[in-house]
Amino acid sequence: MPRYFGRKLLIYGLTFFVAVTINWMIPRFMPGDPVQSMLARANIAQPEAVEAMRVHYTDLFGFDLPLWKQYANFWAALFRGDLGISIWLFPTPVADVIARAVPYTLGLLLPAVLLSWVAGNRFGAFAARRKWLDNTALPIGYLLTATPYMWLAILLAWGLGVVAGVLPVAGAYSFAIQPEWSWDFAGSLLQHWLLPFASLFLVAFGGWAIGMRNMIIYELEADYVRYLRSLGASGRLIRRYAFRNAILPQVTGLALQLGVLVAGALVTEIVFSYPGLGHLILQAIQNQDFFLLQGIFLFIVVGVLIANFVIDVAYVVVDPRTRVGMGGAA
Amino acid sequence: MSLTVTDLRVHYRTPRGEVRALDGVTFTVADGEIMGLAGESGSGKSTLGTSLVRLDGRMRHVGGTVELDGVPLPVADSAAMDRFRFRAVSVIPQYSMSALNPTRKIGKMVAELLASRGERPDRAELERRLALVGLPPDVLGRYPIELSGGMKQRVVMVVSTLLNPSLLIADEVTSALDVSSQKAVAGMLLGLRDEGLVTSMIMVTHDISLVYQIADTIAVMYAGRLAEKAPADVIVTAPRHPYTRLLISSLPEVGVRQAERRLDGIPGTPPSLLDPPEGCRFRDRCPLAFDRCAERPPFAEVAPGHSVACWKAV
Repeated sequence: MPRYFGRKLLIYGLTFFVAVTINWMIPRFMPGDPVQSMLARANIAQPEAVEAMRVHYTDLFGFDLPLWKQYANFWAALFRGDLGISIWLFPTPVADVIARAVPYTLGLLLPAVLLSWVAGNRFGAFAARRKWLDNTALPIGYLLTATPYMWLAILLAWGLGVVAGVLPVAGAYSFAIQPEWSWDFAGSLLQHWLLPFASLFLVAFGGWAIGMRNMIIYELEADYVRYLRSLGASGRLIRRYAFRNAILPQVTGLALQLGVLVAGALVTEIVFSYPGLGHLILQAIQNQDFFLLQGIFLFIVVGVLIANFVIDVAYVVVDPRTRVGMGGAA
Repeated sequence: MSLTVTDLRVHYRTPRGEVRALDGVTFTVADGEIMGLAGESGSGKSTLGTSLVRLDGRMRHVGGTVELDGVPLPVADSAAMDRFRFRAVSVIPQYSMSALNPTRKIGKMVAELLASRGERPDRAELERRLALVGLPPDVLGRYPIELSGGMKQRVVMVVSTLLNPSLLIADEVTSALDVSSQKAVAGMLLGLRDEGLVTSMIMVTHDISLVYQIADTIAVMYAGRLAEKAPADVIVTAPRHPYTRLLISSLPEVGVRQAERRLDGIPGTPPSLLDPPEGCRFRDRCPLAFDRCAERPPFAEVAPGHSVACWKAV
């Protein structure tokens, strides 16, 4: 068991290293010059002042150093918890910018991921046993899961926000109020949260329901179910066993989905102008904000790795077969 | 009479029509009898075995009755059958190696299975029965993947007979085993009967030489019907049905050099059960066939405990 987790941790460590390196490389190899765009934003006519500012900024961000030194400095700073200073929101530290956006993204993603997983699995297992439900729910499930996140988001925003006018379509809370600890604010937060949540939830729900329905049908045909049936075991026991075994691939699927979902949340946040990480990514790209982009990606990488690790551990708990394999090549 | 099967007909639904896997099968199994049920693949022997426990989705009960210990078994009504399964009639399935839930410890699975049938698990009795088939009690704390194929099979043997069924159907239990394990498993099956854990047994097999060692009687099936049923040594030494004779003569004998005597097969193939011919189904391959074989021969008793479906034998 310790060997198994030792190997897993090593793999996660390597993944982290590679991901962070790529993460550092990408913005630097993007076309465009962030210092140039900052100067342009400053809108100064005097060439001497412009030159002075360029030197100042280049020095400040360390762009004058050779690449390998920038890379080494980046790791050194990372271990001090220093993600650099945002170019877009200069001079706010990147860590602060991210810390402000993270609650919104997590508040949107975590419930959407977990609730859709739980509800989709329950519903899929339920639908598998009823022919009429299977025949009606399955096409709807396929439709939902094939829907691009942003398209559903736009549909919801248009239908419920613009046409029906019952829910707000932009922001995380009403522009008329300031964040504070009050029922007013909480209500506004919830109102603005509903549509982005629904668009993420529905798409994922369809996928989980279909996956679970197929797995349950497969499990109910398995030999151990046939054996239990020939011994007259109750339907309840058989359903319990089938559900328990069918959920295993869904757990793996959840781990795989996490990375994709962050991307899904990105466009959803953009559609609803929701001030989470996705929104920040867009701003960071548009403003050539290396440090912010790096910081956000780092956060996402760490998040996906942690989630995968948690699921690895959970898998060991729920599937005895992984435990047996641990002594050997696993 | 423990088991009485009368004119049982079970068909398989297929896209090309009904396959008459069991087409009028009549026989009895006495209390304490171990009946070997032999035949080539596709003869309907496994269908007969499973029909007595649980028809699967593709199988359809077309006619005939089954009576166990004087009570009719509702073989066509799966829900009504539940009452009899496990308690009155139980099965060691062909797929014993994969019959246990892979994600449950065996002891827990057995406890949950018994609880779902309203029975209380008796740990001491369970361990005693495991010892009977040579398994240590700690298999109860293990997952199926931690056992060898032979061990899983023996676990299934113990589980299936836990409620002392009146009739046990052992479906090809030795097919996947090596020769020495086959012998051991056959001995254990015999032990189940001798210990009184099961009253009578139907042992479905294609291996006549193995079933001969433990069975009291042997029934031979051909193309969905019974060809012959007789005491085991009569089937082997003095078969009356031409099919049984050819089947027995195609078995190798210990001590006979095969260079001196060529083993004979039976020329031809069994008829399709999708649209079987009228009359005796063996007549196209039968060396003794004559005009009357176009008429279906009755499964008639030619000697006490010896029934044959052949005009020549009557």
